[in-house]
Amino acid sequence: MREYEAIVIGGGSAGLAASVALHNEGVTDILLLERDQELGGILNQCIHNGFGLKVFKEELTGPEYAERYKDIFVEKNIPYKTNTMVISCDKNRIVEYANKDEGFVKIKGKAIIMTTGCYERNAGAIQLPGDRPSGIITAGTAQKYLNMDGYLVGKKVFILGSGDIGLIMARRMTLEGAEVLGVAEIMPYSGGLNRNIVQCLDDYNIPLYLNHTITSIKGKDHIEQIVLQEVKDFIPIKGTEKTFDVDTLLLSIGLIPEQSLAEKAGIILHSKTKGPMVDESYQTNIDGIFACGNALHVHDLVDFVSTESERAGKAAAQYIKRSDKNVGLSVNTIANKGISYIVPQTIHPKSIEQNLELFLRVDGVYQDMDLVIKSGEKEIKRYKKRHLAPAEMERIIIPKQWLVDINHDLEISLEAMK
Amino acid sequence: MIKTLTCIACPIGCHLEVDVDDNYKVTGNQCKKGEYFGKKELQNPTRTLTSTVIIQGAIYPRLPVKTSDEIPKDKIFEIMNCLNNITLKSPVKVNQVIIENVANTGVNIIATRSM
Repeated sequence: MREYEAIVIGGGSAGLAASVALHNEGVTDILLLERDQELGGILNQCIHNGFGLKVFKEELTGPEYAERYKDIFVEKNIPYKTNTMVISCDKNRIVEYANKDEGFVKIKGKAIIMTTGCYERNAGAIQLPGDRPSGIITAGTAQKYLNMDGYLVGKKVFILGSGDIGLIMARRMTLEGAEVLGVAEIMPYSGGLNRNIVQCLDDYNIPLYLNHTITSIKGKDHIEQIVLQEVKDFIPIKGTEKTFDVDTLLLSIGLIPEQSLAEKAGIILHSKTKGPMVDESYQTNIDGIFACGNALHVHDLVDFVSTESERAGKAAAQYIKRSDKNVGLSVNTIANKGISYIVPQTIHPKSIEQNLELFLRVDGVYQDMDLVIKSGEKEIKRYKKRHLAPAEMERIIIPKQWLVDINHDLEISLEAMK
Repeated sequence: MIKTLTCIACPIGCHLEVDVDDNYKVTGNQCKKGEYFGKKELQNPTRTLTSTVIIQGAIYPRLPVKTSDEIPKDKIFEIMNCLNNITLKSPVKVNQVIIENVANTGVNIIATRSM
């Protein structure tokens, strides 16, 4: 069995950035495995702009962002295989994959980086009520059909869920001649970014129904009608029903890290992120298996996927080269009042390189709050935040010297502004 | 008169207040882009348009394209019509000009990937 220094599973933005980082650290015996026919992942179908403001300091479309990373990756001659499906990965870091040319192959990695991205929640995930006709499709699937295959899935469209892909598709389908009748969001706030509400819905007079959901779907073979209803505390209010004649219902109801491989390897997943629990080096509970990008937790900016994956790649390179695996004391990160989740979930203060990268999401919309980081009684840092929302991930960089002496869990909470 | 806007210059989405009577003075922005956006959005709103055109002989039947700069908002559908009448042949390089001076905007349509 061929043994590689590093195996990277998935050739999207995370896999490309992690591989390049590994290579930059002197780890060149890499194999990247990609199931699609080309590298770039989901960026290839995200033809809208808004990517790259942090990494490249300019506004790029998804394909442009992907091509820049693909060029860097290809220039380094990092070995990769497309049209290759990884079937399993176990705790001994043995990976099984299959493709047309080689058939079924078993390989081993000193380190493995899981960059498998995420998948869309579908109708089953929310127990969508009513008939089960055709014409109900996730927003990302409709996006692939339209932007890559040139196929418009419908002409009279309603969108359930206000995630960014749904908003982007509302505009995209309008531009291509479809009529988008509205977007329903069960929460009192949008699941997408503010800028997308403005430039995808407001620009085209598409109504956003907050505190609304779809309570019935009608259609014998193909979808014909939906019933929209206002909700209070998630319960539909009688008498608020509105019906819409539609030929398509797009679902934009959230993304979940793709972790079917990880679960079989015995990787412990987090209840909120649905991705693996990791430490500051993006290593999971299984020695030598790392995870980053949307496979770890769902990001709203690809720029953060790239920077996170560079760190993961660099950490994996150090793991491969290091003989002493003792990483010192470990503390947990605790999401307290107002915080929904924090990545990473554990930290080894003595093993932090230069600084610690923390990602978190809040559990509601807040104005003028302090984001407070404490360890035991000690306040480590207090950040003033004018606006916080669940759709907008927060990234915090903490210098190593603030953390070397801590021996209590790192607790993060929101407090009224001081 | 004060008009309120959400800035779309970046994903932060600042809540802007623009004083129309005070030379479109912008407050609530966190950067210079917000000031620029606030002034322009009320006087001459512009957008970057992204879409696709037909391509033959490539791995997919559609090539993603965009306007090389922002175009007036009211030109969007006219430009979409121009894109519907284009058929390209592979290979195309990223940044290659697909249509020059589209709809007399002074802006080009360019490819956003090599294909």
